[in-house]
Amino acid sequence: MAPILQVKNLHHRYSIGTPFEHVALQDVSFSVERGEFIGVIGHTGSGKSTLMQHLNGLLKPTSGEILLDGKDIWSDKKFTRQCRFRVGLVFQYPEYQLFEETVYKDIAFGPKNMGLPTEEIDRRVREAAGFVGITDAQLEMSPFDLSGGQKRRVAIAGVIAMEPEILILDEPTAGLDPEGREEILRNIESYRRAKNATIMMVSHAMADVAKIADRLLVMNQATLAMDGKPMDVFSRSQELLDMGLDIPEITRLFLKLQEKGIPVNPVYTMQQAVAELRRIREGKSHA
Amino acid sequence: MLKDITLGQFFPGNSAIHRMDPRTKLIALIVYIVALFSAGSWLSYGLVFAFLAGTIAISKIPVKAIVRGLKPLVIILVFTGLLNLLFTPGEKVLVAFWRITITLEGVVRAVLMMARILMLISGTFLLTYTTSPIGLTDGLESLLGPLKKIHVPVHELSMMMCIALRFIPTLIEETDKIISAQKARGADFENGKLLERVKALIPILVPLFISAFRRADELATAMECRCYQGGDGRTKMKLLRYKRNDLYAFVLLVLLLVAVIFAARLGL
Ligand SMILES: Nc1ncnc2c1ncn2[C@@H]1O[C@H](COP(=O)(O)OP(=O)(O)OP(=O)(O)O)[C@@H](O)[C@H]1O
Ligand SMILES: [Mg+2]
Repeated sequence: MAPILQVKNLHHRYSIGTPFEHVALQDVSFSVERGEFIGVIGHTGSGKSTLMQHLNGLLKPTSGEILLDGKDIWSDKKFTRQCRFRVGLVFQYPEYQLFEETVYKDIAFGPKNMGLPTEEIDRRVREAAGFVGITDAQLEMSPFDLSGGQKRRVAIAGVIAMEPEILILDEPTAGLDPEGREEILRNIESYRRAKNATIMMVSHAMADVAKIADRLLVMNQATLAMDGKPMDVFSRSQELLDMGLDIPEITRLFLKLQEKGIPVNPVYTMQQAVAELRRIREGKSHA
Repeated sequence: MLKDITLGQFFPGNSAIHRMDPRTKLIALIVYIVALFSAGSWLSYGLVFAFLAGTIAISKIPVKAIVRGLKPLVIILVFTGLLNLLFTPGEKVLVAFWRITITLEGVVRAVLMMARILMLISGTFLLTYTTSPIGLTDGLESLLGPLKKIHVPVHELSMMMCIALRFIPTLIEETDKIISAQKARGADFENGKLLERVKALIPILVPLFISAFRRADELATAMECRCYQGGDGRTKMKLLRYKRNDLYAFVLLVLLLVAVIFAARLGL
Protein backbone atom coordinates (compact mmCIF):
# COMPACT_ATOMS: atom_id res chain seq x y z
CA MET A 1 0.00 0.00 0.00
CA ALA A 2 1.11 3.56 -0.68
CA PRO A 3 2.33 5.49 2.36
CA ILE A 4 -0.36 7.56 4.04
CA LEU A 5 1.95 10.52 4.57
CA GLN A 6 5.00 11.61 2.62
CA VAL A 7 7.28 14.48 3.50
CA LYS A 8 9.59 15.57 0.70
CA ASN A 9 12.56 17.91 1.09
CA LEU A 10 10.81 20.02 3.66
CA HIS A 11 12.49 23.30 4.59
CA HIS A 12 11.17 25.85 7.04
CA ARG A 13 12.48 29.22 8.11
CA TYR A 14 10.87 31.41 10.75
CA SER A 15 10.61 35.22 10.58
CA ILE A 16 12.04 35.48 7.09
CA GLY A 17 13.51 38.90 6.40
CA THR A 18 14.00 39.97 10.01
CA PRO A 19 17.06 39.88 12.25
CA PHE A 20 15.38 36.89 13.92
CA GLU A 21 15.34 34.72 10.81
CA HIS A 22 15.89 31.15 11.86
CA VAL A 23 16.21 27.86 10.00
CA ALA A 24 13.96 25.41 11.84
CA LEU A 25 13.84 22.58 9.30
CA GLN A 26 16.38 21.67 6.68
CA ASP A 27 15.68 19.18 3.93
CA VAL A 28 13.56 16.73 5.92
CA SER A 29 12.16 13.75 4.01
CA PHE A 30 10.42 10.61 5.24
CA SER A 31 7.20 8.71 4.75
CA VAL A 32 4.73 7.15 7.11
CA GLU A 33 2.93 3.86 6.50
CA ARG A 34 -0.66 3.30 7.57
CA GLY A 35 -0.91 2.00 11.13
CA GLU A 36 2.67 2.74 12.15
CA PHE A 37 3.54 4.07 15.59
CA ILE A 38 6.36 6.55 15.15
CA GLY A 39 8.30 8.14 17.96
CA VAL A 40 9.98 11.48 17.29
CA ILE A 41 12.91 12.39 19.49
CA GLY A 42 15.43 15.20 19.44
CA HIS A 43 17.09 17.84 21.53
CA THR A 44 15.19 20.97 22.62
CA GLY A 45 14.91 23.33 19.66
CA SER A 46 15.74 20.68 17.08
CA GLY A 47 12.53 21.39 15.17
CA LYS A 48 10.21 18.61 16.32
CA SER A 49 7.21 20.83 17.03
CA THR A 50 7.81 22.77 13.84
CA LEU A 51 7.82 19.54 11.85
CA MET A 52 4.61 18.31 13.49
CA GLN A 53 2.81 21.57 12.71
CA HIS A 54 3.59 21.08 9.05
CA LEU A 55 1.94 17.70 8.90
CA ASN A 56 -1.59 19.05 9.28
CA GLY A 57 -1.06 22.28 7.39
CA LEU A 58 -0.74 24.69 10.30
CA LEU A 59 2.60 25.89 9.04
CA LYS A 60 3.35 26.35 5.38
CA PRO A 61 6.67 24.95 4.17
CA THR A 62 9.23 27.48 2.98
CA SER A 63 9.93 24.86 0.33
CA GLY A 64 9.23 21.17 -0.14
CA GLU A 65 5.94 19.34 0.04
CA ILE A 66 3.78 17.16 2.25
CA LEU A 67 1.55 14.55 0.63
CA LEU A 68 -1.43 13.04 2.39
CA ASP A 69 -2.56 9.92 0.51
CA GLY A 70 -0.45 11.11 -2.39
CA LYS A 71 -2.02 14.57 -2.59
CA ASP A 72 -0.20 17.80 -1.68
CA ILE A 73 -1.94 19.18 1.40
CA TRP A 74 -1.53 22.72 0.07
CA SER A 75 -2.94 21.91 -3.35
CA ASP A 76 -6.31 23.49 -2.55
CA LYS A 77 -7.89 25.28 0.36
CA LYS A 78 -10.61 22.73 0.97
CA PHE A 79 -8.11 19.91 1.16
CA THR A 80 -5.92 21.84 3.60
CA ARG A 81 -8.90 22.22 5.91
CA GLN A 82 -9.74 18.54 5.53
CA CYS A 83 -6.19 17.69 6.53
CA ARG A 84 -6.73 19.39 9.86
CA PHE A 85 -9.39 16.78 10.59
CA ARG A 86 -7.64 13.79 9.07
CA VAL A 87 -4.38 14.56 10.81
CA GLY A 88 -5.16 15.38 14.44
CA LEU A 89 -2.51 17.35 16.29
CA VAL A 90 -2.33 17.52 20.07
CA PHE A 91 -0.06 20.41 21.04
CA GLN A 92 2.56 20.62 23.73
CA TYR A 93 0.74 21.45 27.01
CA PRO A 94 -2.69 21.20 25.39
CA GLU A 95 -4.48 21.79 28.69
CA TYR A 96 -3.99 25.53 28.20
CA GLN A 97 -6.37 25.59 25.22
CA LEU A 98 -9.50 24.49 27.06
CA PHE A 99 -12.15 27.20 26.95
CA GLU A 100 -15.68 25.82 27.17
CA GLU A 101 -18.03 25.79 30.14
CA THR A 102 -18.10 22.01 30.35
CA VAL A 103 -15.73 19.22 29.44
CA TYR A 104 -18.39 17.83 27.12
CA LYS A 105 -18.63 21.04 25.11
CA ASP A 106 -14.88 21.35 24.90
CA ILE A 107 -14.45 17.87 23.47
CA ALA A 108 -17.32 18.58 21.07
CA PHE A 109 -15.58 21.67 19.64
CA GLY A 110 -13.62 19.75 16.99
CA PRO A 111 -16.47 17.51 15.75
CA LYS A 112 -18.76 20.57 15.67
CA ASN A 113 -16.31 22.38 13.42
CA MET A 114 -16.46 19.38 11.12
CA GLY A 115 -20.16 20.05 10.72
CA LEU A 116 -21.31 16.64 11.99
CA PRO A 117 -24.92 15.99 13.08
CA THR A 118 -25.69 16.26 16.80
CA GLU A 119 -26.07 12.51 17.43
CA GLU A 120 -22.76 11.79 15.76
CA ILE A 121 -21.09 14.50 17.85
CA ASP A 122 -22.58 13.00 20.99
CA ARG A 123 -21.37 9.52 20.07
CA ARG A 124 -17.86 10.77 19.35
CA VAL A 125 -17.59 12.83 22.51
CA ARG A 126 -18.60 9.90 24.66
CA GLU A 127 -16.33 7.52 22.83
CA ALA A 128 -13.36 9.89 23.01
CA ALA A 129 -14.00 10.46 26.72
CA GLY A 130 -14.00 6.68 27.09
CA PHE A 131 -10.61 6.35 25.43
CA VAL A 132 -8.99 8.76 27.87
CA GLY A 133 -10.91 7.63 30.96
CA ILE A 134 -13.09 10.68 31.53
CA THR A 135 -16.28 9.67 33.38
CA ASP A 136 -19.80 10.81 32.55
CA ALA A 137 -19.88 12.91 35.72
CA GLN A 138 -16.69 14.66 34.68
CA LEU A 139 -18.15 15.46 31.28
CA GLU A 140 -20.54 17.88 32.93
CA MET A 141 -17.86 19.59 35.01
CA SER A 142 -16.03 22.76 34.10
CA PRO A 143 -12.66 21.84 32.59
CA PHE A 144 -11.05 24.36 34.91
CA ASP A 145 -12.05 22.33 37.96
CA LEU A 146 -10.04 19.30 36.87
CA SER A 147 -6.50 18.38 37.83
CA GLY A 148 -3.62 19.00 35.44
CA GLY A 149 -3.47 15.40 34.25
CA GLN A 150 -7.22 15.24 33.74
CA LYS A 151 -7.16 18.50 31.78
CA ARG A 152 -4.46 17.01 29.57
CA ARG A 153 -6.63 13.97 28.88
CA VAL A 154 -9.64 16.16 28.08
CA ALA A 155 -7.52 18.08 25.58
CA ILE A 156 -6.37 14.85 23.96
CA ALA A 157 -9.99 13.66 23.81
CA GLY A 158 -10.82 16.92 22.02
CA VAL A 159 -8.58 15.84 19.16
CA ILE A 160 -9.44 12.14 19.28
CA ALA A 161 -13.13 13.07 18.93
CA MET A 162 -12.38 14.19 15.37
CA GLU A 163 -11.33 10.57 14.73
CA PRO A 164 -8.17 11.47 12.82
CA GLU A 165 -6.50 8.80 10.71
CA ILE A 166 -3.17 10.10 11.90
CA LEU A 167 -2.92 11.22 15.50
CA ILE A 168 0.09 13.38 16.32
CA LEU A 169 0.97 14.14 19.91
CA ASP A 170 3.62 16.68 20.88
CA GLU A 171 5.09 15.58 24.19
CA PRO A 172 1.83 14.28 25.60
CA THR A 173 3.45 13.07 28.79
CA ALA A 174 5.59 16.12 29.63
CA GLY A 175 5.27 17.21 33.23
CA LEU A 176 3.19 14.25 34.41
CA ASP A 177 4.03 11.73 37.10
CA PRO A 178 4.87 8.13 36.06
CA GLU A 179 1.33 6.97 36.78
CA GLY A 180 -0.14 9.77 34.64
CA ARG A 181 2.38 9.02 31.88
CA GLU A 182 1.49 5.34 31.77
CA GLU A 183 -2.19 6.22 31.67
CA ILE A 184 -1.81 8.56 28.68
CA LEU A 185 0.30 6.03 26.79
CA ARG A 186 -2.38 3.39 27.38
CA ASN A 187 -5.06 5.83 26.16
CA ILE A 188 -3.14 6.45 22.96
CA GLU A 189 -2.59 2.75 22.41
CA SER A 190 -6.27 1.98 22.89
CA TYR A 191 -7.27 4.63 20.36
CA ARG A 192 -4.77 3.23 17.91
CA ARG A 193 -6.11 -0.27 18.29
CA ALA A 194 -9.77 0.70 18.09
CA LYS A 195 -9.43 2.89 15.00
CA ASN A 196 -6.42 1.30 13.38
CA ALA A 197 -4.90 4.78 13.43
CA THR A 198 -1.39 5.93 12.64
CA ILE A 199 0.36 7.59 15.57
CA MET A 200 3.27 10.00 15.75
CA MET A 201 4.48 10.93 19.19
CA VAL A 202 7.13 13.46 20.14
CA SER A 203 8.75 12.63 23.42
CA HIS A 204 11.72 13.36 25.62
CA ALA A 205 11.22 10.24 27.66
CA MET A 206 13.34 7.64 25.85
CA ALA A 207 11.99 4.74 27.86
CA ASP A 208 8.43 5.62 26.79
CA VAL A 209 9.17 5.83 23.08
CA ALA A 210 11.35 2.75 23.20
CA LYS A 211 8.53 0.74 24.66
CA ILE A 212 5.75 1.88 22.42
CA ALA A 213 7.08 2.96 19.00
CA ASP A 214 7.70 0.76 15.94
CA ARG A 215 9.99 3.28 14.41
CA LEU A 216 11.94 6.33 15.52
CA LEU A 217 12.74 9.64 13.84
CA VAL A 218 15.63 11.53 15.40
CA MET A 219 15.79 15.26 14.81
CA ASN A 220 19.03 17.13 15.26
CA GLN A 221 19.61 20.79 14.53
CA ALA A 222 16.79 21.19 12.04
CA THR A 223 17.63 18.01 10.12
CA LEU A 224 16.39 14.45 10.28
CA ALA A 225 19.44 12.67 11.66
CA MET A 226 18.16 9.08 11.92
CA ASP A 227 15.14 7.12 10.84
CA GLY A 228 14.79 3.49 11.76
CA LYS A 229 13.71 0.74 14.15
CA PRO A 230 14.26 1.59 17.82
CA MET A 231 16.93 -1.08 18.03
CA ASP A 232 18.90 0.32 15.12
CA VAL A 233 18.62 3.84 16.45
CA PHE A 234 19.59 2.97 20.01
CA SER A 235 22.52 0.89 18.86
CA ARG A 236 24.08 4.12 17.55
CA SER A 237 24.26 5.27 21.13
CA GLN A 238 27.39 7.37 20.82
CA GLU A 239 25.84 9.48 18.05
CA LEU A 240 22.72 9.95 20.16
CA LEU A 241 24.77 11.03 23.14
CA ASP A 242 26.65 13.48 20.92
CA MET A 243 23.33 15.03 19.94
CA GLY A 244 22.60 15.59 23.59
CA LEU A 245 20.08 12.74 23.70
CA ASP A 246 19.71 9.94 26.14
CA ILE A 247 19.30 6.25 25.51
CA PRO A 248 17.22 4.01 27.72
CA GLU A 249 18.98 3.03 30.92
CA ILE A 250 18.64 -0.68 30.11
CA THR A 251 20.13 -0.28 26.62
CA ARG A 252 23.10 1.46 28.12
CA LEU A 253 23.61 -1.38 30.58
CA PHE A 254 23.51 -4.00 27.83
CA LEU A 255 25.92 -2.05 25.65
CA LYS A 256 28.30 -2.02 28.62
CA LEU A 257 27.92 -5.78 28.94
CA GLN A 258 28.75 -6.15 25.26
CA GLU A 259 31.82 -4.01 25.75
CA LYS A 260 32.93 -6.38 28.45
CA GLY A 261 32.71 -9.21 25.95
CA ILE A 262 29.53 -10.80 27.26
CA PRO A 263 27.60 -12.10 24.24
CA VAL A 264 24.25 -10.32 24.74
CA ASN A 265 22.05 -8.89 22.03
CA PRO A 266 21.18 -5.25 22.54
CA VAL A 267 17.76 -4.54 24.05
CA TYR A 268 15.77 -1.41 24.77
CA THR A 269 12.89 -2.44 27.00
CA MET A 270 12.74 -4.21 30.31
CA GLN A 271 10.84 -7.21 28.87
CA GLN A 272 13.42 -7.73 26.18
CA ALA A 273 16.14 -7.53 28.79
CA VAL A 274 14.47 -10.20 30.89
CA ALA A 275 14.01 -12.45 27.85
CA GLU A 276 17.60 -11.92 26.79
CA LEU A 277 18.98 -12.70 30.24
CA ARG A 278 16.82 -15.84 30.40
CA ARG A 279 18.09 -16.94 27.03
CA ILE A 280 21.68 -16.54 28.15
CA ARG A 281 21.18 -18.29 31.47
CA GLU A 282 19.47 -21.24 29.81
CA GLY A 283 22.12 -21.32 27.12
CA LYS A 284 24.78 -21.49 29.82
CA SER A 285 23.09 -24.15 31.91
CA HIS A 286 22.90 -26.29 28.80
CA ALA A 287 26.57 -25.88 28.13
CA MET B 1 1.99 35.84 11.86
CA LEU B 2 1.33 37.88 14.95
CA LYS B 3 4.90 37.35 15.97
CA ASP B 4 6.14 39.59 13.23
CA ILE B 5 4.67 42.66 14.90
CA THR B 6 7.68 44.74 15.85
CA LEU B 7 5.92 47.50 17.76
CA GLY B 8 7.83 48.35 20.89
CA GLN B 9 10.36 45.61 20.31
CA PHE B 10 13.93 45.81 21.51
CA PHE B 11 16.72 44.98 19.06
CA PRO B 12 19.70 44.07 21.21
CA GLY B 13 22.95 45.61 20.07
CA ASN B 14 26.08 47.34 21.22
CA SER B 15 26.16 50.62 19.34
CA ALA B 16 26.85 54.02 20.92
CA ILE B 17 23.09 54.60 20.90
CA HIS B 18 22.40 51.32 22.65
CA ARG B 19 24.91 52.13 25.35
CA MET B 20 23.67 55.66 25.92
CA ASP B 21 21.91 56.44 29.18
CA PRO B 22 18.18 55.83 28.73
CA ARG B 23 17.46 59.21 30.31
CA THR B 24 19.49 60.90 27.61
CA LYS B 25 17.56 59.01 24.98
CA LEU B 26 14.22 59.97 26.52
CA ILE B 27 15.20 63.63 26.69
CA ALA B 28 16.62 63.38 23.19
CA LEU B 29 13.30 62.08 21.94
CA ILE B 30 11.46 65.00 23.52
CA VAL B 31 13.89 67.55 22.09
CA TYR B 32 13.71 65.81 18.73
CA ILE B 33 9.92 66.03 18.74
CA VAL B 34 9.99 69.69 19.74
CA ALA B 35 12.46 70.36 16.93
CA LEU B 36 10.31 68.42 14.50
CA PHE B 37 7.26 70.46 15.36
CA SER B 38 9.18 73.74 15.26
CA ALA B 39 10.42 72.94 11.79
CA GLY B 40 8.57 74.75 9.06
CA SER B 41 10.90 75.10 6.13
CA TRP B 42 12.78 72.75 3.89
CA LEU B 43 16.09 73.43 5.55
CA SER B 44 14.73 72.91 9.05
CA TYR B 45 13.09 69.64 8.03
CA GLY B 46 16.33 68.66 6.37
CA LEU B 47 18.23 69.24 9.61
CA VAL B 48 15.84 67.11 11.63
CA PHE B 49 15.98 64.42 8.99
CA ALA B 50 19.77 64.47 8.95
CA PHE B 51 19.75 64.05 12.72
CA LEU B 52 17.37 61.08 12.47
CA ALA B 53 19.32 59.46 9.65
CA GLY B 54 22.58 59.94 11.50
CA THR B 55 21.17 58.38 14.65
CA ILE B 56 19.80 55.40 12.74
CA ALA B 57 23.17 54.92 11.07
CA ILE B 58 25.01 54.97 14.40
CA SER B 59 22.51 52.61 16.02
CA LYS B 60 23.04 50.02 13.24
CA ILE B 61 19.33 49.21 13.29
CA PRO B 62 18.51 47.96 9.78
CA VAL B 63 16.39 50.49 7.90
CA LYS B 64 14.23 47.52 6.85
CA ALA B 65 13.19 46.96 10.45
CA ILE B 66 12.09 50.56 10.81
CA VAL B 67 10.19 50.50 7.53
CA ARG B 68 8.41 47.35 8.61
CA GLY B 69 7.38 49.02 11.84
CA LEU B 70 5.89 51.88 9.83
CA LYS B 71 3.69 49.64 7.72
CA PRO B 72 0.65 49.67 10.02
CA LEU B 73 0.62 53.47 9.69
CA VAL B 74 0.03 53.53 5.96
CA ILE B 75 -3.67 54.31 6.35
CA ILE B 76 -3.06 57.27 8.66
CA LEU B 77 -0.37 58.53 6.32
CA VAL B 78 -2.54 58.32 3.23
CA PHE B 79 -5.41 59.96 5.06
CA THR B 80 -3.25 62.84 6.29
CA GLY B 81 -1.74 63.26 2.86
CA LEU B 82 -5.12 63.39 1.13
CA LEU B 83 -6.64 65.81 3.63
CA ASN B 84 -3.77 68.22 3.26
CA LEU B 85 -3.67 67.79 -0.48
CA LEU B 86 -7.34 68.58 -0.98
CA PHE B 87 -8.11 71.14 1.66
CA THR B 88 -5.15 73.47 1.66
CA PRO B 89 -6.15 76.83 0.21
CA GLY B 90 -3.58 78.50 -2.01
CA GLU B 91 -2.93 80.62 -5.06
CA LYS B 92 -1.08 78.37 -7.45
CA VAL B 93 -3.78 75.98 -8.58
CA LEU B 94 -2.37 72.89 -10.23
CA VAL B 95 -5.49 70.85 -10.89
CA ALA B 96 -9.11 71.92 -10.70
CA PHE B 97 -12.11 69.89 -11.68
CA TRP B 98 -15.56 69.42 -10.21
CA ARG B 99 -15.17 70.50 -6.56
CA ILE B 100 -11.58 69.42 -6.21
CA THR B 101 -8.76 71.88 -6.38
CA ILE B 102 -5.19 70.90 -5.77
CA THR B 103 -2.79 73.73 -5.11
CA LEU B 104 0.96 73.81 -5.05
CA GLU B 105 0.75 74.80 -1.38
CA GLY B 106 -1.39 71.73 -0.81
CA VAL B 107 1.18 69.42 -2.36
CA VAL B 108 4.01 70.92 -0.32
CA ARG B 109 1.99 70.74 2.85
CA ALA B 110 0.91 67.16 2.24
CA VAL B 111 4.48 66.05 1.68
CA LEU B 112 5.75 67.87 4.76
CA MET B 113 2.99 66.56 7.00
CA MET B 114 3.59 63.00 5.90
CA ALA B 115 7.30 63.45 6.41
CA ARG B 116 6.58 64.81 9.88
CA ILE B 117 4.53 61.78 10.88
CA LEU B 118 7.07 59.37 9.44
CA MET B 119 9.92 61.07 11.25
CA LEU B 120 7.96 61.27 14.49
CA ILE B 121 7.22 57.56 14.52
CA SER B 122 10.67 56.50 13.32
CA GLY B 123 12.26 58.52 16.12
CA THR B 124 10.05 56.86 18.69
CA PHE B 125 10.80 53.44 17.27
CA LEU B 126 14.48 54.16 17.46
CA LEU B 127 14.12 54.70 21.20
CA THR B 128 12.32 51.42 21.83
CA TYR B 129 14.52 49.51 19.38
CA THR B 130 17.71 50.57 21.14
CA THR B 131 16.59 50.59 24.76
CA SER B 132 15.69 47.53 26.77
CA PRO B 133 12.32 47.74 28.54
CA ILE B 134 14.12 47.76 31.87
CA GLY B 135 16.38 50.59 30.79
CA LEU B 136 13.40 52.51 29.58
CA THR B 137 11.47 52.24 32.80
CA ASP B 138 14.56 52.95 34.89
CA GLY B 139 15.09 56.09 32.87
CA LEU B 140 11.49 57.16 33.20
CA GLU B 141 11.49 56.53 36.90
CA SER B 142 14.60 58.58 37.35
CA LEU B 143 13.35 61.44 35.19
CA LEU B 144 9.97 61.52 36.91
CA GLY B 145 11.61 61.17 40.34
CA PRO B 146 10.81 64.74 41.43
CA LEU B 147 7.10 63.93 41.17
CA LYS B 148 7.47 61.66 44.20
CA LYS B 149 7.48 64.85 46.26
CA ILE B 150 3.84 65.39 45.37
CA HIS B 151 3.04 61.73 46.13
CA VAL B 152 2.85 60.41 42.60
CA PRO B 153 3.68 56.65 42.86
CA VAL B 154 6.45 56.93 40.29
CA HIS B 155 8.15 53.66 41.15
CA GLU B 156 4.93 51.65 41.06
CA LEU B 157 3.92 53.18 37.75
CA SER B 158 7.25 52.46 36.14
CA MET B 159 7.28 48.92 37.54
CA MET B 160 3.85 48.34 36.03
CA MET B 161 5.01 49.69 32.71
CA CYS B 162 8.11 47.52 32.84
CA ILE B 163 6.09 44.38 33.49
CA ALA B 164 3.59 45.23 30.77
CA LEU B 165 6.37 45.76 28.22
CA ARG B 166 8.07 42.59 29.31
CA PHE B 167 4.94 40.53 28.78
CA ILE B 168 3.88 41.82 25.37
CA PRO B 169 6.07 39.36 23.42
CA THR B 170 5.15 36.52 25.77
CA LEU B 171 1.46 37.09 25.29
CA ILE B 172 1.85 37.44 21.52
CA GLU B 173 3.67 34.11 21.43
CA GLU B 174 0.99 32.55 23.58
CA THR B 175 -1.77 33.91 21.34
CA ASP B 176 -0.02 32.42 18.32
CA LYS B 177 0.11 29.04 20.01
CA ILE B 178 -3.54 29.09 21.06
CA ILE B 179 -4.64 30.13 17.58
CA SER B 180 -2.70 27.23 16.07
CA ALA B 181 -4.11 24.79 18.58
CA GLN B 182 -7.69 25.82 17.91
CA LYS B 183 -7.06 25.76 14.18
CA ALA B 184 -5.88 22.20 14.62
CA ARG B 185 -9.36 21.47 15.95
CA GLY B 186 -10.87 23.00 12.86
CA ALA B 187 -11.61 26.49 14.19
CA ASP B 188 -12.11 28.90 11.32
CA PHE B 189 -11.23 32.54 11.83
CA GLU B 190 -11.22 33.71 8.25
CA ASN B 191 -14.67 32.86 6.94
CA GLY B 192 -18.22 33.53 8.01
CA LYS B 193 -20.36 36.51 8.90
CA LEU B 194 -19.29 39.17 11.36
CA LEU B 195 -21.11 37.60 14.29
CA GLU B 196 -19.59 34.19 13.56
CA ARG B 197 -16.16 35.70 13.37
CA VAL B 198 -16.60 37.46 16.69
CA LYS B 199 -17.78 34.18 18.19
CA ALA B 200 -14.75 32.44 16.73
CA LEU B 201 -12.60 34.62 18.99
CA ILE B 202 -13.97 33.06 22.17
CA PRO B 203 -11.80 29.92 21.94
CA ILE B 204 -8.78 32.23 21.73
CA LEU B 205 -9.70 34.86 24.27
CA VAL B 206 -10.77 32.57 27.10
CA PRO B 207 -7.50 30.57 27.29
CA LEU B 208 -5.51 33.76 26.72
CA PHE B 209 -7.15 35.59 29.62
CA ILE B 210 -6.85 32.59 31.87
CA SER B 211 -3.18 32.27 31.14
CA ALA B 212 -2.59 36.01 31.52
CA PHE B 213 -4.20 35.94 34.96
CA ARG B 214 -2.27 32.82 35.87
CA ARG B 215 0.98 34.49 34.87
CA ALA B 216 0.10 37.65 36.78
CA ASP B 217 -0.70 35.59 39.83
CA GLU B 218 2.53 33.60 39.62
CA LEU B 219 4.56 36.74 39.10
CA ALA B 220 2.94 38.43 42.09
CA THR B 221 3.70 35.40 44.25
CA ALA B 222 7.28 35.26 43.01
CA MET B 223 7.75 38.95 43.76
CA GLU B 224 6.30 38.60 47.20
CA CYS B 225 8.52 35.61 47.92
CA ARG B 226 11.47 37.86 47.26
CA CYS B 227 10.05 40.43 49.65
CA TYR B 228 9.27 43.01 47.02
CA GLN B 229 7.48 45.91 48.64
CA GLY B 230 7.75 48.89 46.40
CA GLY B 231 10.25 51.63 45.77
CA ASP B 232 11.33 52.85 49.20
CA GLY B 233 14.86 51.91 50.07
CA ARG B 234 15.33 49.83 46.95
CA THR B 235 18.77 49.91 45.45
CA LYS B 236 19.58 49.24 41.82
CA MET B 237 21.95 46.78 40.28
CA LYS B 238 22.59 49.00 37.31
CA LEU B 239 22.97 52.59 38.42
CA LEU B 240 22.21 55.11 35.74
CA ARG B 241 25.17 57.35 35.12
CA TYR B 242 25.76 59.96 32.47
CA LYS B 243 28.94 59.41 30.48
CA ARG B 244 30.89 61.32 27.92
CA ASN B 245 28.67 60.15 25.07
CA ASP B 246 25.67 61.59 26.84
CA LEU B 247 27.37 64.95 27.08
CA TYR B 248 28.05 64.94 23.35
CA ALA B 249 24.45 64.00 22.73
CA PHE B 250 23.16 66.89 24.81
CA VAL B 251 25.39 69.37 23.01
CA LEU B 252 24.25 68.03 19.68
CA LEU B 253 20.61 68.24 20.73
CA VAL B 254 20.89 71.88 21.80
CA LEU B 255 22.60 72.70 18.51
CA LEU B 256 19.88 70.88 16.58
CA LEU B 257 17.09 72.71 18.37
CA VAL B 258 18.68 76.14 17.97
CA ALA B 259 19.50 75.53 14.32
CA VAL B 260 16.03 74.30 13.52
CA ILE B 261 14.32 77.20 15.24
CA PHE B 262 16.56 79.68 13.45
CA ALA B 263 16.04 78.03 10.12
CA ALA B 264 12.30 78.00 10.62
CA ARG B 265 12.27 81.68 11.70
CA LEU B 266 14.26 82.73 8.70
CA GLY B 267 12.00 80.61 6.51
CA LEU B 268 14.91 79.00 4.72
N1 LIG C 1 7.14 30.95 16.06
C1 LIG C 1 8.47 30.92 15.98
N2 LIG C 1 9.16 31.97 15.51
C2 LIG C 1 10.49 31.94 15.40
N3 LIG C 1 11.26 30.91 15.76
C3 LIG C 1 10.65 29.82 16.24
C4 LIG C 1 9.22 29.77 16.37
N4 LIG C 1 8.90 28.55 16.88
C5 LIG C 1 10.05 27.90 17.05
N5 LIG C 1 11.11 28.64 16.66
C6 LIG C 1 12.51 28.23 16.66
O1 LIG C 1 12.66 27.11 15.82
C7 LIG C 1 13.48 26.13 16.42
C8 LIG C 1 12.76 24.81 16.50
O2 LIG C 1 11.68 24.94 17.40
P1 LIG C 1 10.70 23.75 17.78
O3 LIG C 1 9.63 24.33 18.65
O4 LIG C 1 10.27 23.06 16.55
O5 LIG C 1 11.67 22.84 18.64
P2 LIG C 1 11.34 21.48 19.40
O6 LIG C 1 12.23 20.45 18.81
O7 LIG C 1 9.89 21.23 19.41
O8 LIG C 1 11.85 21.82 20.87
P3 LIG C 1 11.22 21.39 22.30
O9 LIG C 1 11.73 20.02 22.57
O10 LIG C 1 11.81 22.39 23.24
O11 LIG C 1 9.75 21.48 22.19
C9 LIG C 1 13.87 26.66 17.78
O12 LIG C 1 15.20 27.12 17.70
C10 LIG C 1 12.94 27.80 18.05
O13 LIG C 1 13.61 28.84 18.72
MG1 LIG D 1 8.40 21.22 20.88
